[in-house]
Amino acid sequence: MEKNGLKRTALFETHTALDARMVRFSGWEMPLLYSGIAQEHRAVREAAGLFDISHMGEFQFDGPDALEFLNHILSNDLAKLEPGSGQYSLLCQDNGGVIDDLYAYRLGQDRYLLIVNASRLEVDWMWIKAQLNSSNKSLQLEMTNRSGELSAIALQGPKAAEIIAGVFPAAIEMQKNQIAELDFSGATTWVSRTGYTGEDGFELVVPNERVVSLWKQFMSLGPALGLMPAGLGARDTLRTEAGYSLYGHELTAETTPIEASLGWAVALDKPDFIGRETLAAQKQNGVSRRCIGFKMTSKSAPPREHYKIFAADGTGREIGEVTSGMQSPSLGCGIGLGYVESAHAKSGTDIEIEIRNRRFLAQVVKRPIFRKLD
Amino acid sequence: MSDIPTDLKYASSHEWVNVEGDTAIIGISDHAQDELTELVFIELPDIGRELAAGDPCAVVESVKTASDIYAPVSGQVIETNDALDTEPGTVNEDPYGDGWFFKIRLANPKELDDLLSPDDYGEQVNV
Repeated sequence: MEKNGLKRTALFETHTALDARMVRFSGWEMPLLYSGIAQEHRAVREAAGLFDISHMGEFQFDGPDALEFLNHILSNDLAKLEPGSGQYSLLCQDNGGVIDDLYAYRLGQDRYLLIVNASRLEVDWMWIKAQLNSSNKSLQLEMTNRSGELSAIALQGPKAAEIIAGVFPAAIEMQKNQIAELDFSGATTWVSRTGYTGEDGFELVVPNERVVSLWKQFMSLGPALGLMPAGLGARDTLRTEAGYSLYGHELTAETTPIEASLGWAVALDKPDFIGRETLAAQKQNGVSRRCIGFKMTSKSAPPREHYKIFAADGTGREIGEVTSGMQSPSLGCGIGLGYVESAHAKSGTDIEIEIRNRRFLAQVVKRPIFRKLD
Repeated sequence: MSDIPTDLKYASSHEWVNVEGDTAIIGISDHAQDELTELVFIELPDIGRELAAGDPCAVVESVKTASDIYAPVSGQVIETNDALDTEPGTVNEDPYGDGWFFKIRLANPKELDDLLSPDDYGEQVNV
């Protein structure tokens, strides 16, 4: 549905009935928060949160050549996936610049699913289609953009498994990154054990006409266990604490996966793929800047995107820029992600963040920035 | 609907002013704190600083964003609410009471006439 040029998910009325504060995001009208960002954030860390992620895109690929084609356009190695499992991967240009980051699932022997960012959906589709059309082989595969007919929700947090068991008992047996096709009132539902919060959890893809009913089932079972609906605000603070990249911030067409410290999702040992040459050279020769996580170590206002980063080695040189920054609800201090010159990217290195013309001490930390003690 | 006490004056940029003699106490409205969401950090002006009406003079930070607060009237800062340093959430809980920001000595009391009445401010925020 579309209103005022903004798209609405099938859960729009559900959000407004919950008195959500709606916000514009990548052409969609999405919930920013329901009860409060910090409160929803804590619910996900301590119990569970339910997110509408229907704005994300779903591309399906079927056919005997799907594996070969996808392995040519994606950075990670899909050949390593058993049917029913998935992996994080990147779609790169020839020069290694990132077009999008995504989750790639092998649904069956010759069936694949890509879950892509809402903000990159159109660009991704055009790019992938162009690669398919420019292939000089006649490939046996069919690609379908199913984003318009499918909705998605994420159930995240330490109580997610207990809650999902009430609707999909089989889901609690799933391992991380596995995906299953399960039945929900007669409709095929893709349930995967993954997420974007740093907690255990599930993402569920269902036909648009079933998503309200699925959401309501979780909302009738979950609140007794501490489940709260959670908006994009909490999604952003949770992913930043977990150290996950967000397209448009840590990832752009001007950054490569190696610079973004995502080399683990680049399979240089597989046959040729788009961007391989640049990425292999960067991995071997090193890169001039790297993505880091950091924590404020002095009392300060929270760091924010585009704040400058300076060396704390006495030179006071400008060495980079913040790409995501906020007050961490879990840690109670400022945290962020950003790019710095590689010499300053090692965890434990002191750096300074400039906040309104004053510099404050921070430290490069390993990701996840926040880790629960358990 | 947000709370708009009738004994205060308001700036269209959502600050309130409570005048006591030649002193003005300044804070942000209930509507403003609600829009900003939970505040996590507040930077107040230094005591002694001379402010001109309209100057950005404080910064409030929610989990998500930083926003400027403007001086509704001109004057010198004579006191700041240091309790907000450790408890910024007080502004969300009690924007017209314990959540006040700073006090200034009015430089030009005539400027008070340029501020909005509670009714006019109410019209601005409830459209």
